[in-house]
Amino acid sequence: MRRSGIASFVLWICLTVLTLLPVWWMLVVSMRPRVKLYSKSFLIDDLYWDNFLAVLNSSTFLQYLWNSLIVATSNAALVCALGLLAAFGLSRYKISGGDNVFFWLITNRMAPPAVFLLPLFLLFTKWFVFGDFMLFDTKIGLILLYCVFNLPFAIWLLKGMLDGIPLELDESARVDGATTGQVLSNVVLPLARPGLAVTFILTWIFAWNEYLFAATLTSSADARTVTTALAEYVSVTGTNWGEMAAMAFLTTLPALIVLGFVQKHIVTGLTFGALKG
Amino acid sequence: MRQSNIGWLFLAPATLILFVVGFVPFIYILYVGFFDWNTNAVDPTLRWAGLQNYRSLVFDTTFLNSLARTLVFAFFVVVSELLLGYVLARALMADRLWGRQFFRTMHTLPIVVAPIAVGATWRLLCVPGFGIVPYYLKLWFGIDYNISTNAYHAFATAIIMDLWHWMPFVTLSLMAGLTALPKEPLEQAQIDGGNKLQIFWYVIVPMLKPVLLTTVFIRLMDALRSVDEIWMLTKGGPAEATRFIGLHIWINVFPKTDYGYGAAMSLLTLYVTIVLSWLLFVAMTGRKGGAQ
Repeated sequence: MRRSGIASFVLWICLTVLTLLPVWWMLVVSMRPRVKLYSKSFLIDDLYWDNFLAVLNSSTFLQYLWNSLIVATSNAALVCALGLLAAFGLSRYKISGGDNVFFWLITNRMAPPAVFLLPLFLLFTKWFVFGDFMLFDTKIGLILLYCVFNLPFAIWLLKGMLDGIPLELDESARVDGATTGQVLSNVVLPLARPGLAVTFILTWIFAWNEYLFAATLTSSADARTVTTALAEYVSVTGTNWGEMAAMAFLTTLPALIVLGFVQKHIVTGLTFGALKG
Repeated sequence: MRQSNIGWLFLAPATLILFVVGFVPFIYILYVGFFDWNTNAVDPTLRWAGLQNYRSLVFDTTFLNSLARTLVFAFFVVVSELLLGYVLARALMADRLWGRQFFRTMHTLPIVVAPIAVGATWRLLCVPGFGIVPYYLKLWFGIDYNISTNAYHAFATAIIMDLWHWMPFVTLSLMAGLTALPKEPLEQAQIDGGNKLQIFWYVIVPMLKPVLLTTVFIRLMDALRSVDEIWMLTKGGPAEATRFIGLHIWINVFPKTDYGYGAAMSLLTLYVTIVLSWLLFVAMTGRKGGAQ
């Protein structure tokens, strides 16, 4: 037992080093001045912040950052609200055809984005146009669109959590005269709060990370997000590796921040509740 | 449970949104696929073309090659992630382990990093002349590693990048599955004198089947549609060595504005994806779809 524990420990160490190496290298490059860029050492030689400052001083990047924040936050809030309602319906009511609807909701998550790029682009530019307003190149467009993959995910996660809240609590509240709305807001909501927090964070991260839709369905600084900024930067500026690394690091930062919080739930979420992480 | 239609009221908003952004596009693209439609052509309107788009698609070697390449990529990625992931999951399940929580957390990191940032990071590692990978491969092993000229290197790097990104997920989910297995059948098999291989094949695999199916399914779908990382790493090059199907559609449809043909490409890709996942389902459960 003890021996296998040590072997396991060594294995974990090696794996962790391999996992962190690319991220570490990104950080190292982001802290190197131009003259030292081609050094092959793995160490951060000095704390050089100019790459980060250069990136953060660019007004376009800040605008993109802001767009990303708005889109991810609004999308996560929307998805949590709608997901909670849907999960409540699925978990508390026998809905005729509910299983089929549930299945269909989930398949949306699996749809290959490249396949839906073209129809969504056409719909956004030609059909969902109301007077001067069209969904193309708007934050609202992206917020609605990200529901395609985030909403099924949220419904899955939340349904599993609501199923875990005993039905007796609902019933006793109803006996005391609570309406359905009161059951939802006074009984289920407080108990589902931790689950909602996890759902919010994970969907927020997915919305933040999304690139393909954002790149195709937006065209100006009004709606472009931080992932498109990174991609644009790479195609345009070529070899300014220090700033590119700084930008990549800033894009990764939210993931790093919430990492400890989501790690218990991410496997459950990604496997549609089939596995408890 | 209450038997009533009030439940639908709760489902309605979510269903409505997914109908508009998930189902309508599907129907729309089905429709557009039957037309000849290029907004930059002399006649920018939709013209009925019947199955012409699909007919030319079958002879479009770039498209078919890209599809085949994607399947090869997905095959390598899924198989190696499953095998390695299983070995790692078993190896990592020591009863007592110092710092398990820390390791697990670090292991989750690649899963939540933006794919575009993963691509950027691996570009920093692998790009010729700058990255540390080509440098140390040359220095220590004398290998001339170059992802921008050597197709095999680029393809292999795409696979390794995907392993870095997603193997932790496979390891963690298999670990979750293995931990949840009941102990009795394993002990029983040991008492009956089964060797390790027999126990693995006749006891563990059948019990783990739902977990394996879910994991492979999710990984396969993701591998088939990966675009962002590859786009950042190689832009699909050198030549077309890493141009997978999603990337192919993306970089072809929009500059050419050939929407009818693009619709046909997208639909065929979707069809292949669905058929593959159905085949996977049948193969893993041994059950035929439809009526039971």
